[in-house]
Amino acid sequence: MSNKNSSFSVLLNGLIKENPTFVLLLGMCPTLGTTSSAINGLSMGLATTFVLVCSNAVISLLKNIIPDKVRIPAFIVVIATFVTIVEMVMQAYVPALFESLGLFIPLIVVNCIVLGRAEAFAAKNNVFRSLLDGLGMGLGFAFALALLGSVRELLGTGKIFDFPVYPESYGILIMVLAPGAFIALGYLIAVINKLRKAE
Amino acid sequence: MTYILILISAVFVNNIVLAQFLGICPFLGVSKKIDTALGMGGAVAFVMTIATIFTFIIQKTVLEPFQVGFLQTIVFILIIAALVQLVEIILKKISPVLYQALGVFLPLITTNCTILGVAIMVIQKDYNLLESVIFAISSAIGFGLALIIFAGIREQLSMVKLPKGMEGTPVALLTAGLLAMAFMGFSGVV
Repeated sequence: MSNKNSSFSVLLNGLIKENPTFVLLLGMCPTLGTTSSAINGLSMGLATTFVLVCSNAVISLLKNIIPDKVRIPAFIVVIATFVTIVEMVMQAYVPALFESLGLFIPLIVVNCIVLGRAEAFAAKNNVFRSLLDGLGMGLGFAFALALLGSVRELLGTGKIFDFPVYPESYGILIMVLAPGAFIALGYLIAVINKLRKAE
Repeated sequence: MTYILILISAVFVNNIVLAQFLGICPFLGVSKKIDTALGMGGAVAFVMTIATIFTFIIQKTVLEPFQVGFLQTIVFILIIAALVQLVEIILKKISPVLYQALGVFLPLITTNCTILGVAIMVIQKDYNLLESVIFAISSAIGFGLALIIFAGIREQLSMVKLPKGMEGTPVALLTAGLLAMAFMGFSGVV
């Protein structure tokens, strides 16, 4: 990767070319587990974005202080701190959402995207670029989750973001249950592979 | 009786991979051959049981008495990371055979969300220590079972001619979807 990349292309990189979900296939657990509706998927994506941006920025600031041997545990502590902040804020202000995302909020700590970006990008670049990278990757993840959530919600219940599109009785209930997550994501990735090859 | 219910529920009804979506990365990553699936399943079972015991004890003796429950995420992930390192070192020393079999999978386990997930779940479900251990072991069995069935299907699948766009991940996800549907048949058993 050349160092002359403009800031804009760093941002765009995560959104499209290296989209963490559809292209890199990272962070599959929250992708499948929280997308039973569009709003759940989007909020999970945004929570992860917050953690990614903050942890990328802090790790990039600390990269010269942290000894190389203990860098992974140090990164994990930084990430876990921001996850705890997200957890507490969500519990206080949006308890219903916190309830429905449940276990997946603390599990942002072990999301491979966050640690992956810390190791691959933030530990080697300056604060501004790391921040942009976190934002791009995070929004790419949020976009993917919102898209998958919309598809599942539309096929399963006939709504998008709770906005009715067609009568609920025509919905395919299985799409909002566990198997639907695998099937919807499988077809989405197949379509995206096809589009990328056509380019 | 409760123990049997916990076991059946964790292995079949609320299978950790197919119903709760934890540990999808190793599920998709190391399921190309039955041998590696067995190794990964064994390593997860080993670490998950030990990690659950440790995190449970820390939760009850440190976090709750001192009312610092909000530190749960940080403390648990550090315990798990340290434990994986320790298990690796000890295993290398006392049982080179077992280390040979499980060694490559151990570093992968720190970022396996099933371990942290189960550790947090037993606290949320308010289990006692014995119930937690049973839950951890049966979750690991459920993980191993899903992984091995899936690996078996994928070994067959690799011989089939597929449309270009479906090769690799998409068809694996569709297979997992069908497997999840089969496991849905168990719902209502417990």
